[in-house]
Amino acid sequence: MRKNAITAEAAAALVFDGASVMVGGFLGVGSPDRLIDALVARGARGLTIIGNDTAYPTIGVGKLIEAGCVARVQASHIGTNATTQRLMSAGAIDVELIPQGTLAERIRAGGSGLGGVLTSTGVGTIVAQGKQLVEIDGASFLIEKPLRADFALLRAHEADYYGNLTYRLTAANFNPIMAFAADCVIAEPDEIVPVGVIPPDAVRTPGVLVTHLIARAHC
Amino acid sequence: MDAKEIIARRVALELRDGMLVNLGIGLPTLVARFVPRGVSVAFQSENGLIGFSAPPPEGMENSDLIDAGGGWIAALPGAASFDSATSFALIRGGHVDLAVLGGLQVDAAGRLASWMIPGKFTPGMGGAMDLVAGAKRVIVAMQHAAKSEPKIVETLTLPPTAARRVSLIVTELAVIEPTNEGLVLRERAPGVGMSDIFDNTGARLIVPENTPEMPLSSD
Repeated sequence: MRKNAITAEAAAALVFDGASVMVGGFLGVGSPDRLIDALVARGARGLTIIGNDTAYPTIGVGKLIEAGCVARVQASHIGTNATTQRLMSAGAIDVELIPQGTLAERIRAGGSGLGGVLTSTGVGTIVAQGKQLVEIDGASFLIEKPLRADFALLRAHEADYYGNLTYRLTAANFNPIMAFAADCVIAEPDEIVPVGVIPPDAVRTPGVLVTHLIARAHC
Repeated sequence: MDAKEIIARRVALELRDGMLVNLGIGLPTLVARFVPRGVSVAFQSENGLIGFSAPPPEGMENSDLIDAGGGWIAALPGAASFDSATSFALIRGGHVDLAVLGGLQVDAAGRLASWMIPGKFTPGMGGAMDLVAGAKRVIVAMQHAAKSEPKIVETLTLPPTAARRVSLIVTELAVIEPTNEGLVLRERAPGVGMSDIFDNTGARLIVPENTPEMPLSSD
């Protein structure tokens, strides 16, 4: 039940080149910054990054793009990062744009044992190309497949020794759903607290989902 | 009063007490400044918050608290935070009463294009496709023409955001309602003549006998 606290460098060594990696965060808020810095420092290559956006060139997931760690992106928005757009236009990275709600539901389906989701989002648009359309009670829905990854890199507010996690304000975003959808889940909390400090009702990610915790930064 | 303020003021008159409202990035965010007296609405930010005000006092920004455009916000008493799957369940599930979005084009069928210009501009759709597909009411708040190129056109030349017909188009020249019969001119902006509207519109407009002047405040 009790997790090991490993360094960000040790975690970055686990994330092998070519891995698919979900990264929590919305424009950098709620992203695991120390893990991202460690991946950049390790010189990771060929990653597929699944997340809401690619933030900004010097913030969050944008640092991975800037450092050339990324081969493929699955995200809802890249408009805040000119580097992502430039690399996409040059054919240097492959970008799949996914509506934000659909991205969330595909991840949720991947982590929940569902074969996919039906959504009206994207019907009649480019997003529908190559996807199966079904009619339910007279309304049209797209079949959207589940998404899973080799790793989920999460940012949490508090973690206890069992890996139970809390989040704060808008830093939750994709983190709680990504916690379900990867083979190896690495959480970078702002603080680690003893078991019992987080009341059961405040736990938003049960510790059983978490593989590793990132140890506190040395100071 | 500039074009953006005219649009924001007129859209604000569509707000009703108790509504849950999502304002898109850019021009639509201005609507929050003109909420009519006596009307109380809750604003949703799709990155995971209901109940915010912007911006916080200088120096009191919280690193875990931004809006969907990446700007600092403050949470109001009674605010609720949640993850991205919950946020988009609110949007797709019809719990958002009104979405106000910017636009690149709207056509005679009332379809909106707002998220890409092929070959030039590919920021991604973010949450726009979900909002148009799922909000109870969708208002497009945009300037009537872009460099004298009409944005209201017979048929979209840009990729649509959704198949759905939007509820209302508000520009600095006019209020236009897409209907089964086509685009109906509902109001003209103060001091704007019919020819100004026709000259800047690329689609056929249905003009009722009475086209009142656009109100810009509820007083």
